Amino acid sequence: MPEPVKPRVGLFVTCLVDLIRPGIGFAAVKLLEDAGCNVIVPQQTCCGQPAYNSGDRASTRDIALNTIDAFSGCDYIVAPSGSCAGMLRAHYPELFAGEPELAAKAQAFAARCHELVSFLVDVMQVEKVSARFPHTIAYHDSCSGLRELGISAQPRKLLASVEGLQSIPLRENDTCCGFGGTFAVKYGEISDSIVTKKCENIETSGAEVLLAGDLGCLMNIAGKLSRRGRSVEVRHIAEVLAGMTSAPPIGATADGPK
Amino acid sequence: MSVHITTPQFKQNAHAALGDAQLQQALGNVRVNFVERRASAAERLPEFESLRDSARDIKNHTLAHLDLYLEAYEKKVTEAGGHMHFARDSAEACAAIVDICKAHGARLIAKGKSMASEEIGLNAAIESAGMNVIETDLGEYIIQLRGERPSHIIAPAVHLNKDQVEADFRRVHTDLPKERNLEAPESLLAEARAVLREKFLAADIGITGANFLIAETGTSIIVTNEGNGDLSQTLGRVHIVIASLEKLVPTLADAAQILRVLARSATGQDMSVYTTLSTGPRRAGDPDGPEAYHVVLVDNGRSSMLGGEFQDVLRCIRCAACMNHCPVYHAVGGHAYGAVYPGPMGAVLTPSLIGVGKGGHLPNASTFCGRCEAVCPVRIPLPKMMRHWREREFERHLSPATVRYGLAFWAFFAKRPALYRIATSIAMPALAMFGKAKGRFKSLPLAGGWTRYRDLPAPQGKTFQSQWKARGGRVR
Repeated sequence: MPEPVKPRVGLFVTCLVDLIRPGIGFAAVKLLEDAGCNVIVPQQTCCGQPAYNSGDRASTRDIALNTIDAFSGCDYIVAPSGSCAGMLRAHYPELFAGEPELAAKAQAFAARCHELVSFLVDVMQVEKVSARFPHTIAYHDSCSGLRELGISAQPRKLLASVEGLQSIPLRENDTCCGFGGTFAVKYGEISDSIVTKKCENIETSGAEVLLAGDLGCLMNIAGKLSRRGRSVEVRHIAEVLAGMTSAPPIGATADGPK
Repeated sequence: MSVHITTPQFKQNAHAALGDAQLQQALGNVRVNFVERRASAAERLPEFESLRDSARDIKNHTLAHLDLYLEAYEKKVTEAGGHMHFARDSAEACAAIVDICKAHGARLIAKGKSMASEEIGLNAAIESAGMNVIETDLGEYIIQLRGERPSHIIAPAVHLNKDQVEADFRRVHTDLPKERNLEAPESLLAEARAVLREKFLAADIGITGANFLIAETGTSIIVTNEGNGDLSQTLGRVHIVIASLEKLVPTLADAAQILRVLARSATGQDMSVYTTLSTGPRRAGDPDGPEAYHVVLVDNGRSSMLGGEFQDVLRCIRCAACMNHCPVYHAVGGHAYGAVYPGPMGAVLTPSLIGVGKGGHLPNASTFCGRCEAVCPVRIPLPKMMRHWREREFERHLSPATVRYGLAFWAFFAKRPALYRIATSIAMPALAMFGKAKGRFKSLPLAGGWTRYRDLPAPQGKTFQSQWKARGGRVR
């Protein structure tokens, strides 16, 4: 019997993962390959959200067209981020409203775009992962993944299959961490107040590790936790699901927070 | 009257709010109580989500045919013996109301809660015309005593605690015994009720807002929990309704449909305690009611929003769910927004009312978390419209120069994948080396906006793309 044809999946690695924490990208590749995908990584930059959310529509369009072309040969485009996947899936088509040809192209592209964990569960029908992580974890639902893409059950389902992992409820798990891209810098003081509340909830939960699916939120939360002198570890969910947790947690070194 | 605007100082306002321990405690209640109550109300009603669709559709339909429904409404109001006044702006609306009050020789005016009256600066206009006006909603009464404006569209005094209210009552109600006990919240309520009861009876004119204006019948509807609106509009000789034109719906059935999502979204109640319908003045044989009935309908730029990218915000039914669920509102409260309408709906509406030049901070001060849109009973795409304001600012070069230059620098690389890959493959390992000792930066040149409040996690080393290329496209 011939082997079934593997879907060709283009990894949209996201600029933050590319630059700050490539380990998440490799974890994503492993998860996708384990699920039976053929992974390719076209040359890429960013989804364009910084421009889009700053009102610079022209730059966003240029970036979007580059991205759409770069991934033209892929059956699926998968990103280890609800925020960036939301941009590709929900917002790219809006950029070309009133231009039927480009809009159709963006629409066809958007329909093939997915966030990593929901892609594994919903499209590749992954039921469980083979990974071990003997720690208590709290899961933060990042806003775009939750509200633009409806990601909530999928990460919990796969986390439940990780050996030794124990999920601890997190109060206000679905409220924003205060990152908001450029918001974190433009309105730093307000962002600080929001992430402080998030950290208080994380600390109260008693979990050893905080997980989420978006590196932007994770950098914000990890940066605030360490500034507060807390030792809660922060990781991207893909690292745990892929069993690739040998690298130090986000914002820390191998010998823990200093 | 023009309303005092401090929106251009949003950041300073926010700074003051974040440092106000009492305010922060009060906002903590919004963050928990309103959210839980709405969630449980929505959960109790299986058809809640489809009711939201229906409410959206009713408002969309009305806005699409607003001219027809306005004409029909005016005809019905007039047939019922009422008088219609169309006001293009706040000044015209205030003038119309002051004229009516003067014509009836009014000295004291009892007022129900109305955000439209806040928008037009009505109280100041009435007072400068030499008449007295008293707010009869408890929260509005409290902030009137304090010379403040509402910090929330349905809970105007939500920024205050009981002790502050007690102090205000003792300061103002000087004819009551000094040694009276006001410890229990109920005693404050009883005192306000007794004071207001006299005002209701003495008032010559009652002014209310409107939650709905019904084209089919010429009826105005208010929903309240205190019954103060009923007394305001029934006991005076004249009832004046002040509303903005998007309050219109075609039929009573439409209003009944929207009422099913209004209180649930607002306070988590199935219905508000009072839903009061008024159609014209007292008819022959009516036991009570005003001798005259006026409706002042204010535009304030709304008609120019029709057909444009901000039309959807005119669906707003003022339930406040958006601000009740907003992390930014939870952080800074309503006064920091510096204008009449706070929270996400205010961030969209305010720039329309005062101009994006003055109101520009508000649509920018959002994380785009999307929770406002997720709970809006009429499904207004609030983040999308905030983004539209940002686009207008960007087009008009109103955004700060540092933001523009930073963005242009970033976009230069983001548009050029090959250049981006080379530049980042050099920059990131260097940055990683500096951050290696701790795994994070406590401060970093050009990143002060970030590191002032939190550490910046250091990069791991080489970029993903350069590692991927070096490994020949293999993961391990």
